[in-house]
Amino acid sequence: MNDITVRTALRDAMAEEMRANPNVFLLGEEVASYNGAYKISQGLLEEFGATRVIDTPITEHGFTGIGVGAAMAGLRPIIEFMTFNFAMQAIDHIVNSAAKTLYMSGGKINCPIVFRGANGIPGSVAAQHSHCFASWYAHCPGLKVVAPYSALEAKGLLKLAIRDDNPVVFLEHEMLYGKRFEIQTSPTELVALDKAVILRSGTDITITSFSISVQYALDAADVLYDKYGISAEVINLITLRPIDKETIIESVKKTGRILNVEEGWMSCGIGSEITALVIENAFDYLDCEPMRLSSAEVPVPYSKSLECLAQANSEKVVILSRSMLQK
Amino acid sequence: MINVKDILALYRKMVLVRAFEEKASMLYAQGHVLGFCHLYIGQEAVATGIFHNLSSNDSSITSYRDHAHMLILGVHPNVVMAELCGKVTGSSKGKGGSMHMYSKEHNFYGGNGIVGAQVALGTGLAFAHKYKNDGGISFTFFGDGAANQGQVYESFNMASLWKLPIVYVLENNGYAMGTSTKRAASGKGLATRGDSFEIPTILVDGMNLFDVLEKSKEAISYVRCGNGPIIMHVDTYRYRGHSMSDPATYRTREEVNAVKENRDPILKVKNILINEYSILLDDIVKVDNEIGDIIEQAAKFAIESKFPEESELEMDVTI
Repeated sequence: MNDITVRTALRDAMAEEMRANPNVFLLGEEVASYNGAYKISQGLLEEFGATRVIDTPITEHGFTGIGVGAAMAGLRPIIEFMTFNFAMQAIDHIVNSAAKTLYMSGGKINCPIVFRGANGIPGSVAAQHSHCFASWYAHCPGLKVVAPYSALEAKGLLKLAIRDDNPVVFLEHEMLYGKRFEIQTSPTELVALDKAVILRSGTDITITSFSISVQYALDAADVLYDKYGISAEVINLITLRPIDKETIIESVKKTGRILNVEEGWMSCGIGSEITALVIENAFDYLDCEPMRLSSAEVPVPYSKSLECLAQANSEKVVILSRSMLQK
Repeated sequence: MINVKDILALYRKMVLVRAFEEKASMLYAQGHVLGFCHLYIGQEAVATGIFHNLSSNDSSITSYRDHAHMLILGVHPNVVMAELCGKVTGSSKGKGGSMHMYSKEHNFYGGNGIVGAQVALGTGLAFAHKYKNDGGISFTFFGDGAANQGQVYESFNMASLWKLPIVYVLENNGYAMGTSTKRAASGKGLATRGDSFEIPTILVDGMNLFDVLEKSKEAISYVRCGNGPIIMHVDTYRYRGHSMSDPATYRTREEVNAVKENRDPILKVKNILINEYSILLDDIVKVDNEIGDIIEQAAKFAIESKFPEESELEMDVTI
């Protein structure tokens, strides 16, 4: 058992996989000499050299295409986006080139690549740098989409993502990089690219979430239990494509209520998907309508007062959960 | 020096491509081929000449105008025609169609429907050659339309910075769909687009097989020596519209006919074989007839093949 930050967990995952497989390399802006814009690749240039830890110009569309081409030719690139906001420049290669080619080639050409970087709302950086892209990527067949919360998940899932033969979108969160977690020595045995985890068992309401929203759900679950006697089951979705239907449905059958918490917008969000899944598969078990807590449907504002209003947080989770239980 | 046997073999390949494309056009009219279908007729000498100098480690990639590349690399015409017809015997089991054909065996990576995307992907293939140090080169084909996409220049920049082993083949056929290069490209012409990246450009007459052969040899030798990327600016012409649904009203019949009469790449090789190598017309007709039979068989194979079963629908989404 070890106590490390998510930042170190991600770095260790890459270093271990790079040691294990010479075809794994890291490509992105500031990943080498600068040690990563968020210092995720600290020390990797020193250990692996400039042929495997490669600084690119600021040119997301181009270097993502280069990564995808290299993956088709048998390498295992890790593409770091400084943030996923900038991956918008490259989304054509993520979806059209990486996700669809296996199918279009009748199974001949696969693309073992990881697209990773910070996603979501880091705080006080305004609309163009505050955006959760989970539902955008989770919509697309051919991709796997992962959003870890803890250091253990970050390490185990990144290692699995690098080993996976498919393109994996790996959504990190800037506000979690410095957070410390206990971590076991063999994290890959404890996680999977298609499994949600129940972080806290409960009987009254299921709260699903991913990435930093897991923190809001866990904090809220404490308050709900201590102050209001409400027993919340907290599920960390972890993988958004494929989504672990079974864990969600089984939980709802037990609790009869479900609330999803996310940083993205509500329309066509991950919460919308979960609501639909629950209605289709566990309608008769529901004691009240499924609810979604998301960001307000506005470009995320800069001013702290407005940003707080726009974002999900644990207080809002408590309020919504209580209303669902009429307590 | 190229010998007469090689020239005959290359002539045969060009005739194969043209006859295949003409048959594809007929099958399209008959409803066997659906959707988009972009023909290479007129441009045959370009891929034929360049692929003649390919080594087994090399890789290649192109746009949606990809049937010829498959055939010239050696994929059986039956398989290519079956893919056009959406049959399970096709190169992608009918899931890709005209625009998405691949041959792992020949390191051919498609078959890309997003204009310009193949330039970044092809640069990635070159990156992989350099990373693996396998001595291979990436041949990345793109048209004059793609030449105005931003990612082409992002790719040029990195290919030049990192000295990647890549031959960029800019097939300038004069028209991006219906927009002539005159209306789409500012500056001194597409042949100067590599200048700011210090990527040398070789000017090639794409309607002349011998010029393509000679210049591609030059380009390959430059890249294999570790000098980094090179651009072949290939002046060529497509006889048909952009795709089957394009009647090509943006250019005059006289313009097309003048190219057919004066610059046709197949006719040129045919005349040289007869006039300079004393090949008998009968021998050439024999080749033409053999190809005719192969194409008829390909069409029959494609039409008689089965469509993919329902079990194929959800296969190959992920591994």
